[in-house]
Amino acid sequence: MSLSQIDDVLLTNVEQVPGKTIVEHYGLVTGNTVRAKHVGRDIAASFKNLVGGELKGYTELLTDAREQAVKRMVEQAKAMGANAVVNVRFSTSAVAQGAAELYVYGTAVRAE
Amino acid sequence: MEDSTSGLFGIIFTLLIYGLPILLAVCGFLVGTFLERRHFESIRLREREFARIPIFPTRGTDTDKSVQDGVLVVASIVVSLDYFKRILASFRNIFGGNVRSYESLLDRAKREAILRLKEQAADCDAIINLRLETSTLANTQSKKKGIGGVEVIAYGTAIHYR
Repeated sequence: MSLSQIDDVLLTNVEQVPGKTIVEHYGLVTGNTVRAKHVGRDIAASFKNLVGGELKGYTELLTDAREQAVKRMVEQAKAMGANAVVNVRFSTSAVAQGAAELYVYGTAVRAE
Repeated sequence: MEDSTSGLFGIIFTLLIYGLPILLAVCGFLVGTFLERRHFESIRLREREFARIPIFPTRGTDTDKSVQDGVLVVASIVVSLDYFKRILASFRNIFGGNVRSYESLLDRAKREAILRLKEQAADCDAIINLRLETSTLANTQSKKKGIGGVEVIAYGTAIHYR
C-alpha cells in the first residue's frame, strides 16, 4: 500500500514532517470506512480457515478499505488547505458480524 | 442379507458423521503445522536479509544524523488458526494457562507485518515511530459460526538520512 503521498499530501506518524518545518496547524482530520466481506471470499476463507495461516483475501480487503479511509482523510485535509498530515493513527474494530470499521486520523498541517 | 447391508450403511453413516470432524482436525493439524513451519523459515530468512534497516519504536533514531525526508508506511496481515488448534485453544479455557497456539500465531503475524513494512521501505535508511496494532475480525471462537481472524497492522515513518 503506497499511502506515503496521496494527492500531494504528505503523511507521517511522527509529530513533524522530517526535513520540513510546520508553519500552520489546521486541526484534526479523520477518515473512516466500514467494509463487509462478500460471500465468495468467505467461502475461500473458510477453506483456508481449516489449515490456518494467512487469509490473503481478507488482508487485501482490509488494505483496500484502509486506503479508502486514508483518501477520505486526505480529502478533508486538502479542503482545509493543508499539504501534510502528521501524527497519523490507525484503528480497526469489528462493528457487526462480518463487517469491520477502519478508522484513521491525524493532524492537518502546512509544512514548508 | 438386507439386515447386514443396512447395518453396513449405518456404520458408514456413523463414520461420516463422527469421522469427518476428526478427519478435518487431523488434516488441519498436519497441513497447518507444515505451513507454519515453512512460514517461520521464510520469516527468519527475510529477517536476516532486512536486518540492514533498523526500526525504532521511538520518535527519533539513535544517531545524530539529520533526517532528509520521511513518509508513512503501512503493512498488514490477517491470520487464523487451523481447525485442530482452534479446538485445542477452546479446551484451554477450562484449565487456563498459556494458549501456545495463539502465541505462535500472533508471533508470526507480527513478524510478517514488520517484514512487509521493511519491504515497502526497502530503499530507506530507517523506520521510526513503529506502531503495532492487533484486532480481531468477526469471531475467533470455535463454537460460533463464521471465520475467525486476527489482523495485525504495522505502521511507521520511513526516513532517509541527509
